[in-house]
Amino acid sequence: MIEYFAIFPPIVAFIIAFLFGKQLGDKMVELITCAGVITAAFCSCALFVDVVLGSDPRTVTVMNWISSGTLVADWALRMDQLAVVMMCVVTIVSSCVHVYSTAYMHEDKSLARFMSYLSLFTFAMLMLVTADNLIQLFFGWEGVGVASYLLIGFWNHKDSANAAAIKAFLVNRVGDFGLALGIFACFMLFDSVQFDVLFANAEALKDARFNFFGFDLPALTTTCLLLFIGAMGKSAQLGLHTWLPDAMEGPTPVSALIHAATMVTAGVFLVARMSPVFEYAPDALMVVCIVGACTAFVAATIGLTQFDIKRVIAYSTMSQLGYMFFALGVSAYGAAIFHLMTHAFFKALLFLGAGSVIHALHHEQDMRNMGGVWKKIPATYVMMWIGSLALCGVPFFAGYYSKDIILESAFADHTSFGMFAYWMGIMAAFMTAFYSGRLLFMTFHGKPRMDHHTFDHAHESPPAMLTPLVILTVGALFAGALGYEGFVGGSRAGGHETETHVTQELEVEHTIEAPVLKEQDHGLELNRFMFWGDSIKVLPENDTVEGAHHVPEWVKLLPTFAGVLGLFLSWLFYSRYTGLPAKVVSTFKGIHALFFRKWYFDEAYDVVFVKNALRAGVLFWKSDKNIVDGVGPDGVAARSLNIGTALRKFQTGYVFHYAFVMLVGVIGFISWFFYKFGGV
Amino acid sequence: MLANILSYQIFLPLLGALAIIAVPKLSDTAARWIALAVSSVVFVISLLMLKDFDSTNAGFQFVENSSWFPALNLKYHVGVDGISLYFVLLSTFLTPICIISCWHAIDKRVKEFMVAFLILETFMVGTFVALDAILFYVFFEGVLLPMYLIIGVWGGKRRVYASFKFFLYTLLGSVLMLVALLYLYYATGTTDIEALANNDLTRDVQIWLWLAFFASFAVKMPMWPVHTWLPDAHVEAPTAGSVILAGVLLKMGGYGFLRFSLPILPDASAYFTDFVFILSIIAIVYTALVALVQEDMKKLIAYSSVSHMGFVTLGIFTGTQQGVDGAMFQMLSHGIISAALFLCVGVVYDRLHTREIARYGGLVKNMPKYATVFMILTLGSVGLPGTSGFVGEFLTLLGSFQVNTYAAVFATTGVVFGAAYMLVLYRKVIFGEPKNADASAMPDLTKTEYGYLVPLCIMVILFGVAPSLVMKNISPSVAKLLEHYQASQDGTETYANVDLKEAGND
Repeated sequence: MIEYFAIFPPIVAFIIAFLFGKQLGDKMVELITCAGVITAAFCSCALFVDVVLGSDPRTVTVMNWISSGTLVADWALRMDQLAVVMMCVVTIVSSCVHVYSTAYMHEDKSLARFMSYLSLFTFAMLMLVTADNLIQLFFGWEGVGVASYLLIGFWNHKDSANAAAIKAFLVNRVGDFGLALGIFACFMLFDSVQFDVLFANAEALKDARFNFFGFDLPALTTTCLLLFIGAMGKSAQLGLHTWLPDAMEGPTPVSALIHAATMVTAGVFLVARMSPVFEYAPDALMVVCIVGACTAFVAATIGLTQFDIKRVIAYSTMSQLGYMFFALGVSAYGAAIFHLMTHAFFKALLFLGAGSVIHALHHEQDMRNMGGVWKKIPATYVMMWIGSLALCGVPFFAGYYSKDIILESAFADHTSFGMFAYWMGIMAAFMTAFYSGRLLFMTFHGKPRMDHHTFDHAHESPPAMLTPLVILTVGALFAGALGYEGFVGGSRAGGHETETHVTQELEVEHTIEAPVLKEQDHGLELNRFMFWGDSIKVLPENDTVEGAHHVPEWVKLLPTFAGVLGLFLSWLFYSRYTGLPAKVVSTFKGIHALFFRKWYFDEAYDVVFVKNALRAGVLFWKSDKNIVDGVGPDGVAARSLNIGTALRKFQTGYVFHYAFVMLVGVIGFISWFFYKFGGV
Repeated sequence: MLANILSYQIFLPLLGALAIIAVPKLSDTAARWIALAVSSVVFVISLLMLKDFDSTNAGFQFVENSSWFPALNLKYHVGVDGISLYFVLLSTFLTPICIISCWHAIDKRVKEFMVAFLILETFMVGTFVALDAILFYVFFEGVLLPMYLIIGVWGGKRRVYASFKFFLYTLLGSVLMLVALLYLYYATGTTDIEALANNDLTRDVQIWLWLAFFASFAVKMPMWPVHTWLPDAHVEAPTAGSVILAGVLLKMGGYGFLRFSLPILPDASAYFTDFVFILSIIAIVYTALVALVQEDMKKLIAYSSVSHMGFVTLGIFTGTQQGVDGAMFQMLSHGIISAALFLCVGVVYDRLHTREIARYGGLVKNMPKYATVFMILTLGSVGLPGTSGFVGEFLTLLGSFQVNTYAAVFATTGVVFGAAYMLVLYRKVIFGEPKNADASAMPDLTKTEYGYLVPLCIMVILFGVAPSLVMKNISPSVAKLLEHYQASQDGTETYANVDLKEAGND
């Protein structure tokens, strides 16, 4: 029963709030939606204790959804370790955002609609992570997409918001195109879309090939790459990322929940979920790794130059997602999910903090018009610093643990692409720290650059906004240290005894429960094998998280050093010598323009895709009129009939005559025919 | 259980029409009420039929078989199976809704309109239940006449051009079908559809017959490139006409493929698979792009229908359970969604008397209920999982991937374009700042409009969440059809690699 209470309260809240929002009033709507998602959060945490700590995964089938021939897809709640971890992240952040929104959106007339959409999103996200087959996952996948579309375009009188909403939906659809094909390919290979069947049979098919689009291709690699296209769209990886910065048109709580903490990580979840299949497709993993590394780097370079406070954080999100993907690419799934979790806390914190700043400054988002507000909003100021330090990977904040393990895993992969990812990651880490510092110094420090009126009226946010910030701050401070052993730990501190256990487990590919039970008997510490159970599969030869614990010391220290150096430089640039940025920009004009214009992706896509699609539309439409009709009906009519007279006759009531004549003709013909041949 | 339940559904509307004609000096309102009452009763009878339908039986049920023209060996043979069941329901469900929707919109020649509509219902139901080929043909062609009149008499400015085009196209196709039917009778000595399936026609003969049937069904679907009558017909037709046209008439083509082409001409169907795939893909992509640049709401939705019907033909000719199930579901779902979308256009057309997209904008402010309903339908049309639009689209694509990855890849791009034109339409009509004073002065949905749109929206979601409610009746019949289709191909060579150009030009 608790499984149901962890998933369905948000959708119930959505239905009530959406249909009866007007009658209930804003206060009731706030209460219902918040109650719904907080219930889900508590149940998720209870399930975390049972499922993850108690190693008791379970699947609850709700009802049949689609069945056609051998295709069977149920509505089911697959609550294994991976799903429950995601549920906790989603519901906790969502609860914070719900509460925050009640104050942030207080003055908006459509508050009820806003709250209901948030609940709808939460439900769709929960369905995504608890899917036990690919089609339900697709439901959640598109469901969060629609919720995102509705929320980005929430202020639907703004043209820019509408454009951004449609762009987000369409770019995601391009990704979904790949995901759908990946699902079809899975069905062709496995004759099923159930995860259990897929996972059980993946190994047997590792050398299978199939004919796809005229090419004879390795089946699993192709399938995984198709699925990855979907992940790229949803998680804004390079190439399909252009929607994410524009999505900042939505209200800030939306950016925090959907475009930072949860929805955009769905792609990471997808690859982790499909790890038992990806493990047998090493080439696909390589692509994942390279795309992730490039995304981390490119997004960071763009983040250096932006002035909109939300866009800086958005590019930082994209960059961090890149980290998660290259972790997946080197089979460090646990590390990726670990970073997903810590990132959810500190990035939601940063967005909500930015929202608090924007709120204080009357909807000012341009950092060039901020500065010096730290005295006015001290609580927000402190928490933004904590969030930023976590993002930079400064020791003992949450991001430090997760980012380091990712970089170490990439290094420990000992492949060329792993190494590539490591160095890209180091450079991105440096830039991350730099733009984070830039954001902090430009926003809070220095002299105020806004007008007096705004500055004087800047005020700290109400408790309903600060409380969620405090909760997230706690996460940003401690989630890393607390989660380390469970998500990625296992052999670092354990010494000899644990190592032998690890080797035992490695021999059985982490999938047999016996060693886990044994460890419990011994009363040993929580480690990643017990934590993840069967929900993530890593082949022993790919276990980079294990290797990550044994990399040289400089590999471990370098990310931290890069982060601290970045912060220091940003202090030099934006606090100590404020003339420096302009000088650097004028020296490196070309590179700055490239970064500032976001590597020209938008412009290129507009020219190549959008314009051509419209052009093709017009062309086809004309050909419909001129060629198809011209040769067809109009041509026939013009030649064989005098269309003018024919039309006039139609208009003067000859319609019935025509109809009648035709009917008589047909009946006559049939009668004649049967009379002639009827007796045969 | 009602005896002769199918005949009631066929002939009650006809009786209603006769009643309207027969009663002298009938007021317009009375004519409306009679039409509504009769069509509602028919719908209730359909529901009884649904209740008694045995989902474990893949064959025909509620069969009535009696002599019609004994001398000519013609029979009045009707029955429903899983393939036709929901088309009958769709027809009887949409007819009363149409009559309500045009209660005030049609104010000239009301009696004649109602008569035409009821006769149309008779022909529609007849088409889907006829088990005798000639009987089928009579109903199938009969549909043309009232539809032609509805467009030609009660249509918009260019109604004569549109109705003429509609007639010319469909007539051309059906003449060829008639010849094919007569040849079939000549060759096999029967016109019974079930019996016709067990023929021993050679492949070459089948190919010619298939093309003749194809001419008729492809126009009805409509498939590219014989689709150009549809946008004109839709634009000129009154709302109720558009609803029936999109909701039911387009399904007759798909139904025809499933009833005639696949079971009776299996070898030729297999032979032409790639040919149909190519046309389907062109339909899906080409018309979606055309829809993207339309400035007329009805035209946009009409083109979207062509695109959606492309999925249907794609699914049918995959010959896989998923593909055909999906095609069936897509037809039903499209029947509901496109019908509702045309009703939505009708709602604003009745208020502002224009279909030009640019004349609207910002309606979410003054018509919030309308915006919600329109949003649900838009999402359904886009094929969002959880709406009925998803199930059909997804299954057809899944089915097509199993047999031809080229087809699947190209067709799947349709989901991107499909989202594009619908969301752009929605944005231009509903969102943004109000641009036109008269548009922003329009009142929200009336209770009546709300009353017929909400059930449609509920169905869109219900069938999206629990498609098995419908599928359980469809699948067995589809499985039986495919079993026959596969069996008849065993032992014959595969024609997949035969050069299609020759076949296409035949």
